[in-house]
Amino acid sequence: MIHHPFSNEIYPNSPPLDDRSKEIRRLVIDALDGGGRGHLGSSMSLIEIMRVIYDDVARHRSDDPMWEDRDRCILSKGHGCLALYAALACHNYFPREEMRQFCHLPSRLGGHPERSKVPGVEASTGALGHGLSIGVGMALAARIRKRSNRVFVIMGDGEINEGSVWEAAMSASKHKLSHLTAIVDYNKIQSYGRTSEVLDLEPLLDKWRAFGFETVECDGHDVNALKDVLSKPLSTTKPSMVIAHTVKGKGVAFAENDPEWHHKSRVPADQIAAMYAALAEGS
Amino acid sequence: MRKTCLNMVYELAKQDERVVFVGSDLGPGVLDKMKHSMPNRFYMEGVSEQNIIGLAAGLAMEGFIPYVNTIATFITRRCFEQVAVDLCLHDLPVRLIGNGGGMVYAPLGPTHLATEDLAIMRSLPNMTVISPSDADEMTRFMASSLDWPHPIYIRLGKGGDPVVTGDQTGFEIGKAVPLRTGTEIQVLSSGVMSGRALEAADILAKQGISAGVIHLPTVKPLDNDAVIKAAESLMIVTLEEHFKMGGLGSAITEVLIDANRMPSNGVLRIGLEDAFPMAYGSQDELMQRFGLQPPEIAEQIKITMQERS
Repeated sequence: MIHHPFSNEIYPNSPPLDDRSKEIRRLVIDALDGGGRGHLGSSMSLIEIMRVIYDDVARHRSDDPMWEDRDRCILSKGHGCLALYAALACHNYFPREEMRQFCHLPSRLGGHPERSKVPGVEASTGALGHGLSIGVGMALAARIRKRSNRVFVIMGDGEINEGSVWEAAMSASKHKLSHLTAIVDYNKIQSYGRTSEVLDLEPLLDKWRAFGFETVECDGHDVNALKDVLSKPLSTTKPSMVIAHTVKGKGVAFAENDPEWHHKSRVPADQIAAMYAALAEGS
Repeated sequence: MRKTCLNMVYELAKQDERVVFVGSDLGPGVLDKMKHSMPNRFYMEGVSEQNIIGLAAGLAMEGFIPYVNTIATFITRRCFEQVAVDLCLHDLPVRLIGNGGGMVYAPLGPTHLATEDLAIMRSLPNMTVISPSDADEMTRFMASSLDWPHPIYIRLGKGGDPVVTGDQTGFEIGKAVPLRTGTEIQVLSSGVMSGRALEAADILAKQGISAGVIHLPTVKPLDNDAVIKAAESLMIVTLEEHFKMGGLGSAITEVLIDANRMPSNGVLRIGLEDAFPMAYGSQDELMQRFGLQPPEIAEQIKITMQERS
């Protein structure tokens, strides 16, 4: 059995989480507290990716979510929606207090994100392996309309077990969709356990390169590194793939790299308190 | 019917710049004129049904109206989740054109038959299901499809099917098309079976049985009023080139049960039994084998009427 190192072993000098990263993570814990459930691990690994896209890279307007020239951002791993919701709330797409209504009957913030329901959500995802094809269609639409907007598609590592992802990859490459940037949140753990044991993805970078993408890998919790690779397309003739090495549950030490925290329901109050405390103390 | 349908995609594309064509490894030369005259709205992708549905969804989210074409069984079964989630959950105006609905591909065997397509497509919220009878009706339908705001599944016949709706004008989605009046029996059918229903009605007429034929080119949303009206006859016959389970006959009986309106002699559903059609030959030969040709249809109707009278 191959045991690939976890990301904090690959990037031992990952910079400490700053106030912004902790602020977004607190919103995720708020939702877990209010909703009593959620994909904690899968959302926490995504925080810096979503943060950099919405804070630093994407052109978007919270007061005009369907602005035609906006960059499109599809969270294909829809189960990581708490990270997306938190990023959108931080940009005033909806009030932060709504995070505590997560998964409640009247709430628009469900366990997977829905277009037309949540401002800023580009596609209803949750069934895995759909987002990249939708992103290909959006990128083709931008080309037909002669618009320069970019399309970001964020996928999970378990998600790319789906064959449809690789159909979409061939299509993106065929059409030379240089304005399409795909990102894999490579936290090395899927629902059952380590990706290396469930269905090994390696050599992952080589696979995407072979499928015609310009590829790069980086520390998915290093804000500056993410800015460097996401600020513009990696190529003018190929779609981009950013393999972001991340830590499942990042920021809540006792949940890190633990498949048990992929998704949690009926989270007791003392564990919620422990999460806030761990986040405050952690780096 | 297929050629007419695809030619209409090109005609619509000339009229409206939102129209885009997406195919999945179709035969050489398909829509060549469109490919050359509007290359940025013609996409011939590979054997990748899941991807083309998602790709079409992405285009539709951006305001385009994609017409997606491949073999009926693959466009319904292989990418069912993409159809359900990407198209129907988002309620996008994507049109799925399924070649070879029913048993058109009889010589190619059970992997290529689309005999449950209507059932699985009509089970999806927001999906509209169309099964025209002939090329003329296809032309009229396509012209009306452009601004329909929901996803549509379009079941194609083999081509060269007799034109049985020739005197109709226009096409209204969700409306029944009465083809023949009759007093005792109403045969409700769709697709190419409506032509066979007319022939069966002729046979019955010679035997003194009066059967009307109501063509239902829109399987969903069904024309409930027409179905309920048909229940005023002695017996309703549903006729389809499809499994009896879940198809047109099921849809019709659901309407009748919900309305608590059943003809005095009930409903006779004629279609395929719950088994894969394990034979080759031509579409016509399979139709005959499974009792779907006019003489066999007429005979079943006559016997059932006698049993129930």
